Amino acid sequence: MANDLLKSYSFRREREQDWRALEAMVAKTDTGGLKALSADEVMRLPGLYRATISSLSVARSISLDRNVVQFLEGLAVRAYFCVYGTRTGLMEALSAFFGVGFPQAVRDARRSIAVSGFVFALGIFAGFQMTAGNEDWFYTFVGTDMAGGRDPSASTDFLRAVLFDEPDSLESLNLFASFLFSNNARVGMLCFALGFAFGVPVLLLLINNGLMLGAFLALYHGRGLLGDLSGWLLIHGVTELLAVVLCGGAGMLLGQALAFPGRHTRMANLAIQGRLAARIVLGAVAMFFLAALLEGFGRQLINDTGTRALVAGTTAVLWAFYFIRVGRRRRHGDDR
Amino acid sequence: MLGPSAQQRRIVTPEGVALTVELAPRGDRAAALLIDLLIIVIALALLTLLVFLIIAASFGRGGGWMLSFILIAAFLLRSFYFVYFELRWQGTTPGKRKMGLRVIDRAGGPLRTDAVFARNLMREVEVFMPIAFLFGAEAGDLFSWLALIWALVFVLLPFFNKDRLRAGDIVAGTWVVTAPKAVLLSDLADPKVALRPLGSARPDGIAFTAEQLAIYGIYELQTLESVLRGTGPDIGETRAAVADRIQRKIGWIDPAAGGRRAEPKVFLEAFYGALRQHLETRMLFGVRRKDKHDKR
Repeated sequence: MANDLLKSYSFRREREQDWRALEAMVAKTDTGGLKALSADEVMRLPGLYRATISSLSVARSISLDRNVVQFLEGLAVRAYFCVYGTRTGLMEALSAFFGVGFPQAVRDARRSIAVSGFVFALGIFAGFQMTAGNEDWFYTFVGTDMAGGRDPSASTDFLRAVLFDEPDSLESLNLFASFLFSNNARVGMLCFALGFAFGVPVLLLLINNGLMLGAFLALYHGRGLLGDLSGWLLIHGVTELLAVVLCGGAGMLLGQALAFPGRHTRMANLAIQGRLAARIVLGAVAMFFLAALLEGFGRQLINDTGTRALVAGTTAVLWAFYFIRVGRRRRHGDDR
Repeated sequence: MLGPSAQQRRIVTPEGVALTVELAPRGDRAAALLIDLLIIVIALALLTLLVFLIIAASFGRGGGWMLSFILIAAFLLRSFYFVYFELRWQGTTPGKRKMGLRVIDRAGGPLRTDAVFARNLMREVEVFMPIAFLFGAEAGDLFSWLALIWALVFVLLPFFNKDRLRAGDIVAGTWVVTAPKAVLLSDLADPKVALRPLGSARPDGIAFTAEQLAIYGIYELQTLESVLRGTGPDIGETRAAVADRIQRKIGWIDPAAGGRRAEPKVFLEAFYGALRQHLETRMLFGVRRKDKHDKR
């Protein structure tokens, strides 16, 4: 090469074969993903990619052939997608998510979730106290469609009947469960979206729902049915209320990310915290699904308050275990 | 060299090389989304048909099961369709692949799994919730108007920022880019000329002095390259015109033919080779002459 006049020509001649090989491989992955490559090709891919990247650097400095430079730019970008694309499949990603990602995300965001839980509890307490004092507050807190006839003007027998009625068929339970699931999941995701507005709507949403719940509790307490109502609610309520609090926490996290970016720019911080918040909301959606199943099937099939309380207690213990113990990284120096 | 235009962005790969990617046009992204939604709807319709046939075969029992199965399948399908494909095909879905688009990480690193989850979760909020609101809302309600405005803000977000990010891209830290394919054409330099040893004469006898080669810069060289690579019915005339112009500008006379001009294509190829060699040698010394007005 020292004697040649056109160095870029010799340079291309030496390296063109590698570029062609990489181009063929990348064309294969375009149609079939990485699985379309044979084992040998997958072994060669990173080496060829690095060779192409280095050729690109060299070509940019010594070659004036625009076609070569454009070709190498395009090839490098496409090979970059292959080499640095995602490497896990859906099932692996899901098991990694539920095994480690979700519980760890909840632990990482525990302060926001605590705030969210506190605000929600505040709403419940306020709703309960106000409605217990004067039952007319019920109408302010709970809309007529949500109440479905269960308001202060209803008789005690009617209220009791709602808690313990028999289902007419299994099919309507199914429909009910799936409707509830999509409805509750939507509320959860709304919390996430509302986090964009600095977290203020999330607080309002939590307080609103808390007031509704508190009003219901007070209504039934006034008729002496609080114990039965607790069973009716908590059989799925432990899961669902926990999911609501988690979504509220995720929304607060986003709001905080926008309001207090710390060392990063707002956009960068939003991206970082957004990924954490998204993990929490995804897990919460799965929890809503479980809650809907429990609500649709468990609640209407089990009619005894004692059994309902048992199921509720079991779910509480299981969730506590899941979020506290599952997915913890082993600490350095542990001899387990 | 490709200069950065308004829709190009630089990412620095982990090897430290800056690659230029081009942001996808918004229309292409919308089209890709429509194609994907169409596929989902068709899959759902086929599924409904299948379940209906099964119900009919078992004499109509279990109608309630069917409806709730469809509801849940619809939700799962529209949630996991995008995630599944973006994970498996390195950031592209059938609709995106049709339009030639890809999802990449803004920081230049690998596309992470939770980024894929996050950006698709936001789509739930951007696309499906407004659709649900549209179908379920009562007219004139203040809440539904607010919801409509909120939905519009999300849908139009790509128009309000220069990186064309939708809310899902903002949260996940990704871009959607196109990756145009380039074809490697053969080198224009003649191997007999390019590989001859230092100091020897050109085989076709066409020679240029140093002053003649010092007139043009890189821009003219690359324009000449596109003329030489060009195809079409009147490319011969173009080449003749360009050859004529160059000869006039640099004051070149064909020494062998006694005043008769050489063939345009032959002349242009010789000039291209000589000019490229001259400019590349100067480039090795760090002098990059951009065009004929550059005074280096």
